[in-house]
Amino acid sequence: MAILNILTLPDERLKQPSVAVVHFDQELLAFIDALEETRRAGPAAVGIAAPQVGRHQRIIIVDCSGRPKTANHGHLVLINPEIAHWEGFEIGREGCLSVPDYTGNVIRATRLQLKAQGPEGDPLEFVMEGFEARAVQHELDHLDGLLFVDRVVSRRTDLYRRRVYQKGKLAN
Amino acid sequence: MTDWNIVTLVGQDRPGIVSRVTRVLYEAGCTLGEASMIRLGGSFTILLMVSGTRPNAELETALAPVAAELGLRVHLDPVQGGLHQHLVPNIQVRVTGSDRTGIVAEVTQCLADQGFNILDLESDVVGNARAPVYIMNIQGTCARTLEDLQQALAGLTIRGISVDVAPIELMIG
Repeated sequence: MAILNILTLPDERLKQPSVAVVHFDQELLAFIDALEETRRAGPAAVGIAAPQVGRHQRIIIVDCSGRPKTANHGHLVLINPEIAHWEGFEIGREGCLSVPDYTGNVIRATRLQLKAQGPEGDPLEFVMEGFEARAVQHELDHLDGLLFVDRVVSRRTDLYRRRVYQKGKLAN
Repeated sequence: MTDWNIVTLVGQDRPGIVSRVTRVLYEAGCTLGEASMIRLGGSFTILLMVSGTRPNAELETALAPVAAELGLRVHLDPVQGGLHQHLVPNIQVRVTGSDRTGIVAEVTQCLADQGFNILDLESDVVGNARAPVYIMNIQGTCARTLEDLQQALAGLTIRGISVDVAPIELMIG
C-alpha cells in the first residue's frame, strides 16, 4: 500500500468541506488502510483526516493509545463522525501534518459525546475527554475545511488554568 | 543564504506604527520573518527579523524618516541563522506573587540549574500601584522530569511566590 501525499498549507483543497460516506465497500477499506499507513509515516501524528490526502469524505483516524497516561479508546476509524454533546474548554498546543514547522495554542472542548460509524457502517458511540477529545476535534475540523491555524489564540490568551484530571477516573 | 537582521524598534505607543514601519521595509525590498510586537507599559516594542540584499546602512537610512516621525528608536543586529528553527516547548511555568525585586532572577536561576531552555517569557505587573502583583508565564524545553522541576522550585513557595509547573502536551493531527 502506498503512502499518500499529504496536502499542506496553503493548498486550497484543505478548505473544502467533505461529504458523508454512503458506500461502505472494499474500496473504502483499502483507502482507510492507506490513510493509516500515511498517518504512521508522519511525525508522531495521533490523527489524520481524509481531506488531508485530497479525499473529501468524512473519514478520520485517531489513535492515542501510544501515549502514556492518556485516556483513550484505542485505534479509532470514525466515518461520518458527529459531536452530539460537548462540555468545558481548555487550551492546548497543536500541530498538524498539513502545517509543517508550526505549533500553536487552540481552545477545544474537554469532553465529548461522539457518534460515528465504523468502517463497515456499524454505529459507534463514545464519551471521550482530554487529549483524545482534542485530537477528534482537530480531525473533525479538517472535514469542515478548517485548520488549527484558523483557531490559534494568542500566547497571552492563555488565561485558563490547565484542567487537572482526577487520577484513574477514566479508562484504565 | 539569506542574511537576516533583527530590527528593534521602541517608542511611545500610538496607532499606525506597524503599518508605517513595515510599509517602508516592504518598499525597500525587505523580507520579514518571525516577529514579536507588543505594548509594554506605554511603549510599543517591535523585534522583527528582516532580510534583504541591501547593505545595513541603507536599511537604517530607509527607516530613519519614519522612525523620526513616529519617535521610534531603531537598532539593528545582524544574526546568524534564519527561519525554520522552531523548538517545541514541553514545559510551562506559571508564576504569581506580590511584586518585589528578584522574582525573575530567582525563578529563572532555578530553571537554569535544571538545564531549562526558555523559549518564551512574558510577564505583567497587575493589580494596582498600592498592591502590585507580578505574573509571569514561561514556556520552554527541559529534559528533566516534572518532579525534578517542581522540587527545584519548591523553595520559592515559602518565599511568597506561587509557582506552577505543567507539561505542555503537543497534539499532532
